[in-house]
Amino acid sequence: MAHDHQKDGTPPAGVSRRGFLTSVGSGAIGVAAVAGLSPAAPAEAAAPATLPAGDTSPVTFTVNGRLQKVLVEPRWSLLYVLRDGLGLSGTKVGCERGECGACTVLVDGKARYACMMLAVEADGHEITTVEGLMRGEDLGPVQQAFAEEDAFQCGYCTPGQVMAAEGLLRVNASPTLDEIRQGMAGNICRCGAYAHIFKAVDKAAAFKREGR
Amino acid sequence: MEPNDLYYWEGPLPETQAPASAPEAWGETKVVGKPVVRIDAYDRVSGSAVYPSDVVLPDMLHAAILWCPHAHAKVTKVDTSAAEKMPGVRAILKDGVAGTNIPWFATSGGFSSRLFDTHCRMEGEEVAAVAADTIYQAWDAVRAITVEYEVLPHAVTFDDAMKDGAPQIREGGNKVPTPNPYQRGDVEAAFKTADVVVERTFTTGTELHSPMELHGCVVKWDGPRLTVWESSQGVYAPQGTIARALRIPLANIRVIGHYMGGGFGAKLDTGKYSVMAALLARKTGRPVRLFRTREQTALTMGNRPGTTIWVKAAAKKDGTLVALETKTTGSGGAYSANGTGAVDYVFRELYTCPNVRCQNQSAFINAGPERPFRAPGHPQGAWALEQIMDELAAKLKLDPIEFRLKHVPVFSQSRNGNPPYTSTGLTACLTEGAAAFGWKEARARAPQPGHLKRGVGVAAGIWQGGGGSPPSTAIVKLFGDGSANLNMGASDIGCGTKTWGAQIVAEELGVPIERISVEHADTGTTQFATPSGGSKTVPTEAPAIRAAAVEVKQQLFAMAAEQLKVAATDLALQGNEVVSKTEGTKKVALPQIQALGRRGLLVGVGYRGLNPQGKAINPFSVHFAEVEVNTKTGEIKVLRFGAAHDSGRPLNLKMYANQVVGGITMGVGLGLTEIRVMDGRQRGKVLTTSLHDYKLPTALDAPADVSVLPIDPHDTECNSTGAKGIGEPATIPAAAAIANAVFHAIGVRLPDAPMSPARVVAAIAGAQASAKGQKRG
Repeated sequence: MAHDHQKDGTPPAGVSRRGFLTSVGSGAIGVAAVAGLSPAAPAEAAAPATLPAGDTSPVTFTVNGRLQKVLVEPRWSLLYVLRDGLGLSGTKVGCERGECGACTVLVDGKARYACMMLAVEADGHEITTVEGLMRGEDLGPVQQAFAEEDAFQCGYCTPGQVMAAEGLLRVNASPTLDEIRQGMAGNICRCGAYAHIFKAVDKAAAFKREGR
Repeated sequence: MEPNDLYYWEGPLPETQAPASAPEAWGETKVVGKPVVRIDAYDRVSGSAVYPSDVVLPDMLHAAILWCPHAHAKVTKVDTSAAEKMPGVRAILKDGVAGTNIPWFATSGGFSSRLFDTHCRMEGEEVAAVAADTIYQAWDAVRAITVEYEVLPHAVTFDDAMKDGAPQIREGGNKVPTPNPYQRGDVEAAFKTADVVVERTFTTGTELHSPMELHGCVVKWDGPRLTVWESSQGVYAPQGTIARALRIPLANIRVIGHYMGGGFGAKLDTGKYSVMAALLARKTGRPVRLFRTREQTALTMGNRPGTTIWVKAAAKKDGTLVALETKTTGSGGAYSANGTGAVDYVFRELYTCPNVRCQNQSAFINAGPERPFRAPGHPQGAWALEQIMDELAAKLKLDPIEFRLKHVPVFSQSRNGNPPYTSTGLTACLTEGAAAFGWKEARARAPQPGHLKRGVGVAAGIWQGGGGSPPSTAIVKLFGDGSANLNMGASDIGCGTKTWGAQIVAEELGVPIERISVEHADTGTTQFATPSGGSKTVPTEAPAIRAAAVEVKQQLFAMAAEQLKVAATDLALQGNEVVSKTEGTKKVALPQIQALGRRGLLVGVGYRGLNPQGKAINPFSVHFAEVEVNTKTGEIKVLRFGAAHDSGRPLNLKMYANQVVGGITMGVGLGLTEIRVMDGRQRGKVLTTSLHDYKLPTALDAPADVSVLPIDPHDTECNSTGAKGIGEPATIPAAAAIANAVFHAIGVRLPDAPMSPARVVAAIAGAQASAKGQKRG
């Protein structure tokens, strides 16, 4: 949103500690990361202390099988770090607030919106992006099924759709049409290629059952 | 609108020189039409495709835009002093900063505003732009800018904008100057003598394009030369707009648009943001990435105007349609003068009718400007026309398909000179489509007991474009090893342009599709093309591509003829061999043609010829829907769709079907889920700026069972490929087919789109109450 406040002229650099802790919620990792982050601003400070923008903390996670150690600002989303930090641009930006699914990745094998997860929350976890489904230069089974069934048009939501399908098939190897629709319901395709997406997920399940 | 007009192009279209030859129409094809997997499928499913929002350049800055939160306001003060001192901030633009006093023009409506205009006529108007080292820092700085506004009274509905004493949104007044109503025959007289007259007011909601990739660009200066990676439906349009704004030569602007994440018409126009990005990049000497947010996209990046359409229609007892009259109101927002334009086209053209009168009136309101949205005006018009046709058929006790079949036009009734259509597949769409769908059986099914009611409905459409025209120039290169490259300016916005282009080259030259590469959508390296939109990319580019391939083939045959010592006219391509038609043993494989090897490369240039004189070229479509209505909750489930289309020859069956599937999904949006909601009474703000509030159809809403039936009338006149456009025809009748199916299911007419559960329940309750009232009376 646009803002016409800040009448006192104070720039709200970074996020307030209070706001940040709330947004992290029960994430013990997040809290721990913040606690070790900024010795200059003790946690018990009464006023809503502000973390200076640019303060970073170390985070370690696995992305597509490779261990990554990165310094991140606590407010950075996993999506931002994957794309702008690690250069994995297959994961797309659509809304940055958990509405469209273009940024779907697997976290410990489960489909998650990368825009709704802070990078610090990913500490110690295993991330898979669309690039991680490739087998060398060959497409993985879900990707191959999407290509063959023409399950996309512009292709922008496709990496997210592919990851949602991969997540679904890891918990349900033979989904019914209804289960496919439920499993894909968090990923919007504005081109509207859903009927083809359903066929692709069904075909991908068959590919996987065949051991491809 | 005349056949060669392109509604999103200002002024006359550039010309193209005449093609060197006019190839015969194809008969049976080997590659064209086949369901070939897209040549860029790998890129799109692997994540390797680089969309504009993925472009990363060394030393690149990230930019964000501060926007006006009010529906109507004057900016009185912008204080950037605090923001300027913040970490990472490199440049800030606002009104008054040198170089920003740039006039801006709407595609329809002329001068609209300055780059940073202090008169904000809509929520979302740009007030300042910041470039910083990271996008987080850019937003920190945006939040630190203090803006003082004088908030003005607003008008966000047509009625409010037209009231006496309404706030003045545009200097020329809020009422858009309206052309004379379209008129033929005498509707008044026809209404007097007709046996059956029906009358109803229909409305549609304002829809937001909501492409998955946001609007934006990455820009980089190299001295006086600017490169722009733009999420756009065409590269030459932004090139022209940016050149005009920055007063730099066209040759110094290279726009690249290899991939883009959806546009649907919203990315035909160029946004102010591209110019802002270029200014920020010039100021800082660094590349800049600037993408709008989802909220900004919803506020300012275009919409399909909501409409109120009053219709009166009349027929004779024998089932002859005799009169159609419409009055349509709506708004194209604060800047577009179009608004209700083209809503009446289906009334004027789809069915034979001697007496027609259509009047459209638009007003400027304090809301985001309309942009062309997949068949501008047509789905709204079809929503009204196809429901009123259903009502007439019911009153005449005629099957809706039978009624429509009596009124299939063979010539254009509203174009100058009433030119005949090169082909009208409407009859076949209605009859063959009905048979494939099982219309009769489904229609005759007995009503079900209980609260779940099923019904089937039909609706048809015609698209005003879809015939294509010059300009188009394409280049085909054949390499010494027999592989080929297609070079064209058109963007592939998801319709598969690159793939069917390669299929045409493969068809003519016998080169396997895996040995064809495509270079496209780059003002630096490819030919001029108008943006991809209006279902004109296939009929515009395909003939030029074919002409270029034929040009190469002729050179190739000349070379082979010399080597084989036969006449060039005696040669034909079989696979990748050139073979003598009379002496089958005389043949040579492409890589073995010595002259080709010596030359290394053959180049063929193809031009798009003119359309046939005195003819109209239009695609037709008929959709059949089956729905289930829950009369307790008001929920509507779309169970299945049948779609019969005359878009001429399909160039790739898989992608053709995909266009139809997508068009139907968008029809589900118009009919059931999508509407921009504004807080008109209080602050005039848009309440549906998120995808939680603005409901796009999801995997739970779109039908899984869609059966597509291409009707190919073997049109040899429209162009050398026999193909018409499919993109817009695919969505025009979809919502109306659902509405007619809902009526068939519950016997209650829902004239307002979207047919939300609340509206359905209210309509059923209203019908029951009035039925009771009638019984008592």
